Amino acid sequence: MSDMKKFMFVNRKAPYGTIYALESLEVVLITAAFDQDVSLVFMDDGVYQLKKGQQTKGIETKNFSPAYRALEGYDVEKLYVEKESMEARGLSEEDLLVDVVVLSRAEMGELMDQQDVVLSF
Amino acid sequence: MKFGIVVNEGPYQHQASDSAYLFAKAAIEKGHEVWRVFFYHDGVNNASKLTEPPQDDRNIVSRWTKLAEEHKVDLVVCVAAALRRGIKEENLASGFRISGLGQLVEAGVKCDRLVTFGD
Amino acid sequence: MLHIINKSPLTNGSLDSCLRVAQSGDILLIEDAVVAATSGNACAAKLQEAMGRCKVYVLQPDLDARGLGDRLLEGVSPVDYGGFVDLTLSNKNCQSWL
Repeated sequence: MSDMKKFMFVNRKAPYGTIYALESLEVVLITAAFDQDVSLVFMDDGVYQLKKGQQTKGIETKNFSPAYRALEGYDVEKLYVEKESMEARGLSEEDLLVDVVVLSRAEMGELMDQQDVVLSF
Repeated sequence: MKFGIVVNEGPYQHQASDSAYLFAKAAIEKGHEVWRVFFYHDGVNNASKLTEPPQDDRNIVSRWTKLAEEHKVDLVVCVAAALRRGIKEENLASGFRISGLGQLVEAGVKCDRLVTFGD
Repeated sequence: MLHIINKSPLTNGSLDSCLRVAQSGDILLIEDAVVAATSGNACAAKLQEAMGRCKVYVLQPDLDARGLGDRLLEGVSPVDYGGFVDLTLSNKNCQSWL
């Protein structure tokens, strides 16, 4: 595809309770394969998608959290977490599977404004 | 202008498909093009030709089919999401086609606006 | 940016999250979110406070469907589906806060 656009994926839901987090990840990987500018945002319960130590054996569901570590290999390197969402859940950057950029509410709003396509899951 | 629409929920359970349809219709009435509607997550259930609503209710599936026929709207169902939920060629309603997630990315790239309806 | 909200703020945090990060732009309330655009609802003050930086719209057919057309909150502009289409075009981009 000739033109590149800024795609942002906003993840606001916890994993496993619904399929949105997993199917969002599938779109992210495809979008990266199409050489688009990809940003991932984790806010509200979406921050839980990145929590270290997910053990899904007991719910007989595939643990897809290792895929977040593989994103770098697809040149998906812009991962953002909203500060207040993280803090409201008693989490810090050390609790997360991958390196992220922590943004204030205002910075997050500005980043969203700069996008061409925003998909929220 | 050229619109892409994403539908993430199935028919009847959630208003998303109704809202998406009414949005698409309004855009077309205003002279815009609805280039593609992409059905993802439970939205793939909008493509089941086995759907049979009561007589006095709207038929969400055939309404999409009619829109596709009359206005050349490309109705694309995500293959991975569809297979998970038992939507296949054999029960696919007219006007819909099954394809990959790349079709969603392409809609984002080629359309002036991509509008999502979901839960 | 056009922020599209479809859930009641009385049971869901989407509108709150949107208002937390949105610095400017338009907010459109559709589906169950139309309850936010009614006078006397417990979240009305929050929405009115946001009107200083964002313009707020409500999808009239969704408001009417729920029997709430008689209590539109002051400062909220009603639109039909055509108006919804126009809002997606008058803003550079849009986001559905699902």
